Amino acid sequence: MAEPHVALDVRIPSDVKYIEGVVELATLRCRELHITPRKCSLNVRVALSEAISNAILRGNASGAGKHVSIRATVSDDALVFEVVDEGPGFDLTLVRSDPTTPENLEKEDGRGLFLMHRLMDRVERFHAKGNVVRLTLRRR
Amino acid sequence: MSFSINKQGEVVVVDVEGQLIVGNRQELKQKVLDELEKGEKRFLIDFSQTGYIDSSGLGVLVSLSKKIREQGGELRLANLNDDLQTLFELTKLDTLFQISDTRERALESF
Repeated sequence: MAEPHVALDVRIPSDVKYIEGVVELATLRCRELHITPRKCSLNVRVALSEAISNAILRGNASGAGKHVSIRATVSDDALVFEVVDEGPGFDLTLVRSDPTTPENLEKEDGRGLFLMHRLMDRVERFHAKGNVVRLTLRRR
Repeated sequence: MSFSINKQGEVVVVDVEGQLIVGNRQELKQKVLDELEKGEKRFLIDFSQTGYIDSSGLGVLVSLSKKIREQGGELRLANLNDDLQTLFELTKLDTLFQISDTRERALESF
């Protein structure tokens, strides 16, 4: 079994205009790893976009001068993304509601975390030199 | 990424080229609201040239749909690729919007 290795390691200013470039780079790496095209074009793109967006808008609260780091490691079994911001932290469970219920369906917000959970095999949050959201996608 | 707007008969057609995400959703919202303010009632957003939509992009579509309905109009969608169709199904937004396979069918449906 091969050791996990780093597939992506970038640090961006805390500004939403940088999200698209990182997500496209991650999608490219995903394809190079021969992960199914659907997982790369849908699961990775959307879930990673949501995690970075949360880091910028909630974690760093759009604070000027702050940064977000995105690191991906790959093993035989999984592709794992860690998105790290510099904010005081937020509890993912507090913002977790079901946007598909009739009372929530027409609300503008509330789908980001839901999509991360639906598109990834595991979503975790912890604190280690910043707030970390870890997204795990099994390769098979 | 960009949005282009043109009128086909009585329908305002918006093409989304690239992504509809947190960084550009307000631009789409404002363009559609400007047309709504001018008195337009029928809107079609065509996603044939769209890569992906994030949750904030989906949120803007929901918000616009509501505002247009409040003014007596309607927002319909066309040309979702398989990934986008899955996103709409996961979020059950496929139950909120009338979605057509092609631009022509969508225009005929108004």
